[in-house]
Amino acid sequence: MTTTELFDERAGQDREPAPPAAGGALTLALGVAAVLALGVTYALGLALPETVEQGDHSRLIAIHPGLAWASYVAFGVTALASAAWLWPRTRRATWDHLAGASAEVGVVFTALTLVTGSIWGRPTWGVWWVWDARLTLSALMLAIYLGYLALRRVPAAPDLRAGRSAVVALVAVLVIPVNHFAVEWWRTLHQGRSLAQLTPENDLDGRFIGAMAVGFLAMTLVYAWLTLHRMAVARLEDAEADVDLQAALVQRRAEGVS
Amino acid sequence: MDPAVRLRSAVCLLGRFPALAGLDLDVSRGEVVAVEGPNGAGKTTLLRALAGLVPVHEGEAEVLGLDLRRSRRRVRARVALLGSTGGLYDDLSVADNLRFWARAAGRPQSAADEALAQLGLDGRLADVAVGRLSTGQRRRTALAALVARNSELWLLDEPHAGLDAAGRDLVDSLVVGASRRGATVLLVSHELDRAAALASRRVTITGGRATASGALGRMHPAGPVDVLPGEPEVAGVA
Amino acid sequence: MWRDALLVAGKDLRIEGRSRVALNQVLPFAVLVLVLFAFALDPDRGVLVRAAAGLYWVAVLFSALLAVQRSQAIESGEGTRDALRLSGLDPAGVFLGKAGAVAVQLLVLEVLLGLGVVVLYGVEPAGLGLLAVTGLVATAGLAAAGTLYGVIAAGLRVRETLLPLLLLPVLAPVLIAATRVSETALSGASAGVPAGSWLVLLVTFAVLYLGFGVVAFGPLLEDG
Repeated sequence: MTTTELFDERAGQDREPAPPAAGGALTLALGVAAVLALGVTYALGLALPETVEQGDHSRLIAIHPGLAWASYVAFGVTALASAAWLWPRTRRATWDHLAGASAEVGVVFTALTLVTGSIWGRPTWGVWWVWDARLTLSALMLAIYLGYLALRRVPAAPDLRAGRSAVVALVAVLVIPVNHFAVEWWRTLHQGRSLAQLTPENDLDGRFIGAMAVGFLAMTLVYAWLTLHRMAVARLEDAEADVDLQAALVQRRAEGVS
Repeated sequence: MDPAVRLRSAVCLLGRFPALAGLDLDVSRGEVVAVEGPNGAGKTTLLRALAGLVPVHEGEAEVLGLDLRRSRRRVRARVALLGSTGGLYDDLSVADNLRFWARAAGRPQSAADEALAQLGLDGRLADVAVGRLSTGQRRRTALAALVARNSELWLLDEPHAGLDAAGRDLVDSLVVGASRRGATVLLVSHELDRAAALASRRVTITGGRATASGALGRMHPAGPVDVLPGEPEVAGVA
Repeated sequence: MWRDALLVAGKDLRIEGRSRVALNQVLPFAVLVLVLFAFALDPDRGVLVRAAAGLYWVAVLFSALLAVQRSQAIESGEGTRDALRLSGLDPAGVFLGKAGAVAVQLLVLEVLLGLGVVVLYGVEPAGLGLLAVTGLVATAGLAAAGTLYGVIAAGLRVRETLLPLLLLPVLAPVLIAATRVSETALSGASAGVPAGSWLVLLVTFAVLYLGFGVVAFGPLLEDG
């Protein structure tokens, strides 16, 4: 199934009566898969052995890289959906819903990335926060997308809001490389051990790699599931506004007859 | 020739409020039309929609032969709107304001200077910052900007408001002049006598729709002709 | 587009010439920020001299925020935004003109603020050529990004609080890059990544925002 079909506007709307949540077998299957994958990640993560250097904290490898990955996916999807909205031929409200939903989930995942990264770094660095290039970039992205969400929350006509949000989302994703180099070069002088170097490659057995891989899958599934549900809510909000509009039109016309 | 304005079941939303709720309107080129109606009927929204400032949400809308829903930007460049707020920079002088807006519209600076003279704003007043003008002088400056712009379609929202008798006469002469040049004028005014004297036709708007329409003008001071059957009498016209 | 840009920039600068908001409010604010840094950091231990480049650019960043807000406030009242939309001006020209006017004001402010750093912090001026190039490129980026986000926030009730949230995070690379190049210029020695790379980063940022502004300003101005 292609993304277009997956996110097709009609997929949710033609069903009668409209289900309260996202509904649909697909979303349900996704939810089940996400929960299963999370469970497996949890079990694998707990089964990991402690390492000499980091103790318990090394088990964070099961979730931290997956969270970071999913947040990048989320912001990437937001950018693509924004581009699809801005392109006149593909302009549909669904793209705007997807952009907003994906960014919201992405912000949550970025925040979790920062928290888990901070917890992970604590035994190594001895402090909760160091200006590690990757963590700093994530923090910057969190700030940028918090701004994006704040803009989305300003009440406005749907098209207006969608347009300016889409522009901000596209710019945000385009400046990520600039931010990346700025932060990387900034830290080159005093580069300590970054989280990148904590990631086991040679010195750890395959169980760590396996847990991390399942973590990637689980976080991606959770991301997709949450995003679909958030989109469904956005769609219902719009539908409600349409119903309001019809009522308002009738009322407005009645003014002329009285 | 294309009509100046053609609206069919036009709906305009202000937020979620349908300010225009299915409005039909036809205006031929060169016509002067008075738009009337109670407060909140949608008169100002109609003018702003025709200027391309408020999007038309549903229905058909053409202005000067352009589809208003597709080419709002091209429509905007060809109409002139006199709103309740003048659209002037407080920190610029009267002359600088006019020169900027005239040049922005692709008109020579001389057009601005002529408009200044026409509105009696040349001389000492020209160098005063707009923020320090009286309400009446401010309105005159806004009118001068309108004249300097020389548009095909004039949308006037309460042009007589805030002016003394001489100023109101001046507005009337500007409308007559624009009409003679072939420009189309839509006039929203509570000065019903003046509007009736200037316009050849009037349209009444209530509840976001055109509820009555009839011929007017100096030739036919008798009042409404061709009022749609079953529609309410238009109040307050001499 | 260029004719319209010049027209709009000239108009904005003329308004500044008459109202003197940047000169009488933004510049004193920027100097005040420099003084506050001196209060916060002990001026006798050389901290100020070592941090001068960073503090200077933070002060510039805050001033840029104010300059952008002022630039948008010009069109906030009395239907001027509508008038601008009806004017027939090319939106790309409006963007370049407004950004250009902000840039000119910022450049003047940067020169004066640079004198302030020399006088107040006791920094020995050096590498003026490199500093000038940095100032030009960084300012282009600041003005372009500021004007783009400025018009997005302009029509909104929450603009005063929303604009810093939108703008400051994306300006972070400009702060980092401009500070590093300035440090290199002042010390005459490059530590870490060479100044050339930082300048490339600043140019990329400016080009990105100028390009985006030229394309996107139309829909933003017209529908906002």
